[in-house]
Amino acid sequence: MTEIAQTGARHSIPDLQLQTPSRSLWQEAWARLFRNKASVFGLIVIAFFLLLGIFAPFFAPHNPLQLNSGKDFLPPAWVELHGSKVGTSEFLLGTDTLGRDVLSRVIYGARVSMLVGFLPTIIILLMGTSIGMLAGYYGGRIDNLLMRITDIMYGFPDLLFFIIAIVALRDTWLGDLMNGLALLFVALAIVNWVGVARIVRGQVLSLKEKEFIEAARCIGVTDMRIMFRHLLPNALGPIIVVSAFTIPNMIITEAILGYLGLGLRPATSLESFFVTSWGALLLEGQTAINAQPYMLLAPALCVALVVLAFTFLGDGLRDALDPRMRGTQ
Amino acid sequence: MFTYLIRRILWLIPVLLIVSAITFILMHSAPGGPWDRDLNARQVDPLTQKLLNEYYGLDKPLWQQYVAYIFGDKDKDGKFVCGLVCGNMGPSYRIRGRAVQDVLFKPPEGKSFWYSRAGYSARLGLISLGFAIVVGVPIGVIAALRQNTITDYVSLFVATIGISVPSFVMAIFLIIIFASWLHLISVVPKEWTGIQPWILPALVLGFGTMAFTARLTRTSMLEVLRQDYIRTARAKGLQERVVIIRHMIRNALIPVVTILGPALAGLVTGSFIIETMFGFPGMGRAYVTAIGQRDYSMILGTTLLYVTLVSIANLTVDFVYVAIDPRIKLSD
Repeated sequence: MTEIAQTGARHSIPDLQLQTPSRSLWQEAWARLFRNKASVFGLIVIAFFLLLGIFAPFFAPHNPLQLNSGKDFLPPAWVELHGSKVGTSEFLLGTDTLGRDVLSRVIYGARVSMLVGFLPTIIILLMGTSIGMLAGYYGGRIDNLLMRITDIMYGFPDLLFFIIAIVALRDTWLGDLMNGLALLFVALAIVNWVGVARIVRGQVLSLKEKEFIEAARCIGVTDMRIMFRHLLPNALGPIIVVSAFTIPNMIITEAILGYLGLGLRPATSLESFFVTSWGALLLEGQTAINAQPYMLLAPALCVALVVLAFTFLGDGLRDALDPRMRGTQ
Repeated sequence: MFTYLIRRILWLIPVLLIVSAITFILMHSAPGGPWDRDLNARQVDPLTQKLLNEYYGLDKPLWQQYVAYIFGDKDKDGKFVCGLVCGNMGPSYRIRGRAVQDVLFKPPEGKSFWYSRAGYSARLGLISLGFAIVVGVPIGVIAALRQNTITDYVSLFVATIGISVPSFVMAIFLIIIFASWLHLISVVPKEWTGIQPWILPALVLGFGTMAFTARLTRTSMLEVLRQDYIRTARAKGLQERVVIIRHMIRNALIPVVTILGPALAGLVTGSFIIETMFGFPGMGRAYVTAIGQRDYSMILGTTLLYVTLVSIANLTVDFVYVAIDPRIKLSD
């Protein structure tokens, strides 16, 4: 089709550049994504927080666990609080109840919160994609079972399950692993793989009736190969979009659970890797909300910013990967 | 359609059974029991604990307790007491002498249902939903009518923020602004009478739904705007006001109406973090408190109530669709 158009154009109007260099579907999508200002902003914010989390020791001005006696409850540097306490440039965002630097703690919190965003999402994608693929492709009993599980999961309010599961298993070995993070990951994964599985199943159901699958079957391609080489690449777009919306959900859930005191156990030893999370910081800030609202403000702003960034990125990805959806949502 | 409805409702029963079994196992594997959670109060001595466990049947094997909860059991006088199947959610272990259904549904003496715990939550949910609709729909309509103007961009931006920023972060911002800085309200109101203490929780809770409603209304309005029957309505000389209200909005609201059920369910379940933050005397806070106190029957009761609510709300979507849009038919 394009071949004919191009040769035709070459013959009649030779000077005009009517052909564009050929680009793959993914290159097109990338180009569309980068043309979208909001999603570029989202990408930058996410990259910033990722770097902040990975290289927290380099960015943090103080040790986040070091107590500074006599310097507790300092307001941020630019605030003067009724004479007695004045913010200093030493502690840019002030200090908490025990005189620990809030800025450093927020930076270290980014490490846990970004990890909570990404790691469970990877587990969820692996689980959801393979189960959804099997259910959609083979149908029948597996499919029925998946849909019934979905019904139950959709009826069970997520947070109710997280709270009860974490309270129940907090004192076991699983609850102790990684300061309680491992349990959180498992709980998040158990609930959230269902959504991905449903989307993949839907994609597979519509794709497997297409001619190219029929053709593949005709030449004797195995089921495994059809699923992973033919169906998966074609279903990748929605999977990428749904993961962009899953990650902020994880971060929010961690923040809520941390706020209820059920997330990460804040570390006390100076050497621990997972020091604190934004959720845990919110809980600390809540106790001093009237005296020191600033303590609450920094982690809350970070959560809001990251979540917003992922929403922008997700919207951009959806527009980029499926141009037909543009502007409809 | 009728058989479809019946089947969906019957399917609720296994869902409830499985959810209650999961909750039951999890809560009993949590360390401690209902009698040893008050670290500040005088401790209950082991003998009393044993007697209490015997009295409430907590010393029996787990499966027996579960069966007793669902179907009922003989009480200490040998009389059969019906369980959950008769609507009996069992005695609360911490609010002594009251059954869970009384704690949740029974208002204080001489007040209406709206003053019970469930009533408070329902009121908060309905007020938030009302706010979401009353503000969200007009925003969506105006944004669509002025597509690609500054009004449109501003409302889209607000909607995006409202959808993505979680309600409890929003609550933190608003509490800091209105309570800590401006001192307009107290963070945890003592009385829930009058309008003022309700404003902030309802606003926070409804904001996300409001944003979602606005975005949905805008999208469906934009679709309707380009329909032929709108051109026809204009061509036959109808007033613009009539075209907008009777032809556009009426059709554009179909998708909006269908999300109301799930939205209300989302508001009621999403409310328990908000209820905890504001010290609201509703069901959500009862759940959080019950978890901390290991009040087993209370945990199970509130969970089942929530699950029923969410399932029914999800169920309504299909039927509301059929009821308001004659083009759609439910197939089995």
